[in-house]
Amino acid sequence: MGFDQRKDLLGLRDLGREEIEQILDTAIPMKDIVQREIKKVPTLRGKGLITVFYENSTRTRTSFELAGKYLSADTSNLAVSTSSVQKGETLRDTIKTIEMMGPQVIIMRHSMSGAPHYVARNTSMRVINAGDGTNEHPTQGLLDMFTIREHKGRLDGLKVAILGDILHSRVARSNIYGLLKFGCEVRVAGPPTLIPPDVERLGVKPCFTLEEAIRGADVINVLRIQKERQQAGLFPSVDEYSNLYMLRPDHLRLAAPGAIVLHPGPMNRGVEISSEMADGPRSVINEQVMNGVAVRMAVLFLMMGGGRDEAAS
Amino acid sequence: MRLRVRDGRIIDPAHNVDSVADVLIEDGRIVGLEPATDPDRGSTQGDAQVIDATGKIVCPGFIDMHVHFRDPGYEYKEDIETGSRAAAAGGFTTVCCMPNTDPVIDNGAVASYVRKRAQDAGVIDVLPFGSITKRQAGEELSEMGELVRAGCVGFSDDGKPVMRADVMRNALSYSRIFNAPIISHCEDLNLTRDGQMHEGYYSFVFGLKGIPAEAEETMVARDLLLARLTGGRLHVCHVSTRGSLELIRRAKAEGIAVTCEVTPHHLTLTDEVVGSYDTNTKVNPPLRSEDHVQALRQALSEGLIDCIATDHAPHHLESKDCEYAAAAPGIAGLETAVAVIMDRLVHSGALDITKMVSLFTVGPARVLGLDRGTLSPGARADITIIDPDRVKRVNPETFNSKARNTPFAGMELRGWPWMTISEGRVVAHDGSVG
Ligand SMILES: [Zn+2]
Repeated sequence: MGFDQRKDLLGLRDLGREEIEQILDTAIPMKDIVQREIKKVPTLRGKGLITVFYENSTRTRTSFELAGKYLSADTSNLAVSTSSVQKGETLRDTIKTIEMMGPQVIIMRHSMSGAPHYVARNTSMRVINAGDGTNEHPTQGLLDMFTIREHKGRLDGLKVAILGDILHSRVARSNIYGLLKFGCEVRVAGPPTLIPPDVERLGVKPCFTLEEAIRGADVINVLRIQKERQQAGLFPSVDEYSNLYMLRPDHLRLAAPGAIVLHPGPMNRGVEISSEMADGPRSVINEQVMNGVAVRMAVLFLMMGGGRDEAAS
Repeated sequence: MRLRVRDGRIIDPAHNVDSVADVLIEDGRIVGLEPATDPDRGSTQGDAQVIDATGKIVCPGFIDMHVHFRDPGYEYKEDIETGSRAAAAGGFTTVCCMPNTDPVIDNGAVASYVRKRAQDAGVIDVLPFGSITKRQAGEELSEMGELVRAGCVGFSDDGKPVMRADVMRNALSYSRIFNAPIISHCEDLNLTRDGQMHEGYYSFVFGLKGIPAEAEETMVARDLLLARLTGGRLHVCHVSTRGSLELIRRAKAEGIAVTCEVTPHHLTLTDEVVGSYDTNTKVNPPLRSEDHVQALRQALSEGLIDCIATDHAPHHLESKDCEYAAAAPGIAGLETAVAVIMDRLVHSGALDITKMVSLFTVGPARVLGLDRGTLSPGARADITIIDPDRVKRVNPETFNSKARNTPFAGMELRGWPWMTISEGRVVAHDGSVG
């Protein structure tokens, strides 16, 4: 089944390998558009998309909005966190209201896992999950995979280390689900309080030290650490965290030659990643941002039914 | 008023009865059984109403010692009348309702109100539990003597575990005056905070905050030690983990006065079903992993578990039609319990039918010290008749309960309650209460 046959994009867990490949392949011509002088194609003219973010993330929202605009879709944003939730409106009512405004696609960020699944069941609009609780962030997973494939020429069989708060990370989950479909060897590392129970059952190797995880790795994906986790008692202090888990240039000796470093942003420099590392030659963090727009364009294009050969025109 | 239930297969585990016979009822009491081979059978038939129970299983009236009827305070979710009707439709003749109402059943007046409302509804018998502590606040003991006088048959702060060990100790000790069980919802709230589902493989996969089995087990261990210390009677409600069962097994062997119950949903559903984010799968304690479910089934057939109880927790649509984390936990279980157990456990061969009947009758009667759950002459004529081969799809729209929250919706199940007789009166027939 092609991804263009689907109603919604809720996560990478239930997406097939071919569907992921279709999105990544479609993102290649989209990236060309992003790099052009005039970043506008008429592909989705007359189609509407709306972003609804129950949790702030200006970056992700802007990335989706630009992706829509570059394809000539009409994009708008409903600021929910300040309005309807405080008035006690239910999610169902908010969605019904949006539906009546007529957009084809709703792009949703929510602090509760499964909220976009609930919306998808209750609307005829297409739903794109832009991050739900601690569950998934599928377009982030896709842009990471796109970036990795661009640099390594393939995804199959790569060794990937994911560092940080695996337990609460939707980026980690989407990466794990996506990468495992390509036979990658995925290791996760962080303090035991932030490593989920039974993670081995997924086919992922848990490590308590950063060194163990990045030995021989082709890809190192560093996650943002939420300082609130320290307040919740999951690690003793930010200082201790950075002593044990901050990625520094000397760590790269352990990784495979030509290893690349990813971070979903925004970074806590000096906490999970050192500045030298973030700005160093192995870092592909800035490219991830550009690829994010391209991948989201690909997703919108496939979901909103633009004509196939218009893609690169 | 005389009634003859004819030619059914009588299963009365309290007296090891399993034979085809007639049950005779007069003025709301059991007169006795007449074997189908008795040549004089039916000599009194002239003036008795006859119910043909051929091919059906005739049992003592089922008892559900754990329901939430939301009355007083939340009657929009359920009231004592609709709850009673749901119970009758589900094959139950006696239910015990939990005190987490508003006001809490922590005084005689509220307990009397519940008894009165149930009598007015006139469907089945409702016996209240009083709260262990005033307002279920976990600090001071309720006036247990007054609650018992008003008809309470046990004490529970269900849903709000008694976190203070000293308070639990005093409750187990003081309740010995009345020989009434302390029904404990075992949950360490510090370990379950914000938890949405069982902690394990699937909680990571679905990205929901986990509730470890140990949150239940540490409290079971604590309460067992306090029961041993005080000599009080402890009943552990909705046991859901392998570890809790092991603790209870050891305590029973040691002679500690402990009993326990398990729900139909914990026996038949695993945490894997939460993946749909269907809020009807959200319960407290949460649906556990396969390993725990297998342990519960094993313990059930071994006799470690004293009774099956539904934890009937009716909710209004808006408490369930929302995001998973925002949903209220609970299943409206009264009308599906028997069918779920019949279909998934009895017909699959995992549980003997006689054992099943005892878990719904003499089992809970013993926990509560009630003179019920048997068809002995002179007993209340409470009878549950099951059609073991009736196949029906679960349709919440036809529930007698006000609630529709069930994860079993749409499932085709074999083996349903066919008739419910309460104190000699037919109160439900094939799901309809009249
Ligand atoms: Zn409970």
